[in-house]
Amino acid sequence: MDGVSIAGRGAPASRPARLLARLRVLLAPLPWLAPALLLIGAVVLWPVVEMVRTSFLAISSSGATLGGAGTRNYKDLFDEPDLGAVLLRTLLWVVGIVVITTVLSLALGQLLNARFPGRRVVRWAVIVPWAASVLMTALIWRWMLDNDSGVVNRLLLDLGLVDEPVNWLAHPGQAMAWMMAVAVFVTLPFTSFVILAGLQSIPPEVYEAARVDGASGWTTYLRITLPLLRPALLIGTIINCINVFNNFPIIWSMTQGGPQHATDTSTTFTYKIAFFDQHVGESAAMAVVNFALVLFMVALYLRAARRSGATS
Amino acid sequence: MTRRWRVALLAGVGWLVALFFLAPYVEMLLTALKPEHELTRSPGGYVPSHWQWSNFTDVWTAAPLWTNLRVSLTVAGGSTLLTLLCALPAAYYSARNRFRGRGAFLVLVLVTQMFAPTALVVGVYREAVMLNLTDTLEALILVNAAFNLPFCVWILHGSFSSVPRELEEAAFLDGTGRIGALLRVTLPVSMPGVVTAVVYTFIAAWNEYIVALTVSVSDNRKPLTVAIPSFVTQYQEHWQYLFATSLIAIIPVVVLFALVERYLIGGLTAGSVK
Repeated sequence: MDGVSIAGRGAPASRPARLLARLRVLLAPLPWLAPALLLIGAVVLWPVVEMVRTSFLAISSSGATLGGAGTRNYKDLFDEPDLGAVLLRTLLWVVGIVVITTVLSLALGQLLNARFPGRRVVRWAVIVPWAASVLMTALIWRWMLDNDSGVVNRLLLDLGLVDEPVNWLAHPGQAMAWMMAVAVFVTLPFTSFVILAGLQSIPPEVYEAARVDGASGWTTYLRITLPLLRPALLIGTIINCINVFNNFPIIWSMTQGGPQHATDTSTTFTYKIAFFDQHVGESAAMAVVNFALVLFMVALYLRAARRSGATS
Repeated sequence: MTRRWRVALLAGVGWLVALFFLAPYVEMLLTALKPEHELTRSPGGYVPSHWQWSNFTDVWTAAPLWTNLRVSLTVAGGSTLLTLLCALPAAYYSARNRFRGRGAFLVLVLVTQMFAPTALVVGVYREAVMLNLTDTLEALILVNAAFNLPFCVWILHGSFSSVPRELEEAAFLDGTGRIGALLRVTLPVSMPGVVTAVVYTFIAAWNEYIVALTVSVSDNRKPLTVAIPSFVTQYQEHWQYLFATSLIAIIPVVVLFALVERYLIGGLTAGSVK
């Protein structure tokens, strides 16, 4: 800023004066950035520190700190008989949902980009699950899948596809499949719009050139559209991985991770250790593991964002 | 295939897709309009045999809905305001000036943008206990403001950067002063970015669940997301009220979101929308 640059250019009279001038240059942005830095530091970064600290503490079930615990919490965590299955299920949860969503979104994005009467209304309809609370969307799915009165069973009975109502959410395998379907349902809008944005950024001349060269529709898509969509797809995929990994309301409201831990992912597992079992230290250890996984995905995101020039 | 058939086919598929995405919410409405005794019927009916419109008025006395609605509004409004107050100066300054630490600041914003309260809820809860902020609206406002702040800084930084400096300088030379130039020229031109940031933060805070679930204890300090599931517990099942309330919570934010739909696409190409 002006005042600063004048101070910096002024004749260097004495050493303290020069130091003061440099300090003023360094501190000039502070009034503008301080509120944001303070809020991020106190509410986003502090919990990270607190979580790591807690993972090495012994905490009573009432929340009082009893002293250091060394690596005891981590040992307890790795001794949990369900941990392996939960982590494996989390991997299936994230990869399954993100892959299915991406494939479906490629088609959906194409549709939303095509010209037809009523496109505006279709776009608005696709937005609804994105804007609506994920919790409430999951609750309506839970009700639609209800054993006695759910509309899914009614429909399947009427179509003759099942002979008697199925208790979909009572069996871990079926419950998992339905919850993943709900997660795909709420992830599709964002992903399709990312792809739509990517499609709109492709200059029409590129397609013109392909047509002149006599390329077929499929060849054009595979050789031109898909490669040009790569940056958008990459960033969308990583954001989806993080969000799906962090998804809590779907499982929490549909099965609460049960029976026992049969439909838990690491997110609901962490929550149950903390607030059901009241093992805060062990839960913090699990949260640290989760957070490390998120950081790994953030590192991938940062690389992808750099490559597409987001931080230039 | 002629062009006309192609368009008709696209429109047909498009309308089916729209129906698919709306179906669960239509079912929400149909359930909200059923009398309670129809909800225990097996198998359930597709539409109410008696359309119980009074569910939408009864729900206000069946639960302290006004209070929960007020909590949601306070938390969403308060955190949006706080986010904007912190994000605007930071985004403006970092878009207009080169300074030592600018790169580090932008990377910090980009990284923390990816942090969700879910992954950190144990730490957030411990901090709330430490600061004596459990069961307060202040805690919810702070958490929602802080976790949405990086995204807002990012969006606003982008839109301020795209306003030509010359435009602002011209206003400055006309004697409006630096703040005047900011308020009269830069801010109006970057309005799409500001609106997107505001709507996003408001909706995210309105829909936030896990922190409120963990931090709020008293019924009169619970937002809608936490209050709604208590219509269906092991002791009572009022699905009709649950979904009537859900619709009351969903419709305003869907309308808000549809309003910024046009700007969404621009924001998404920057690769920075969550």
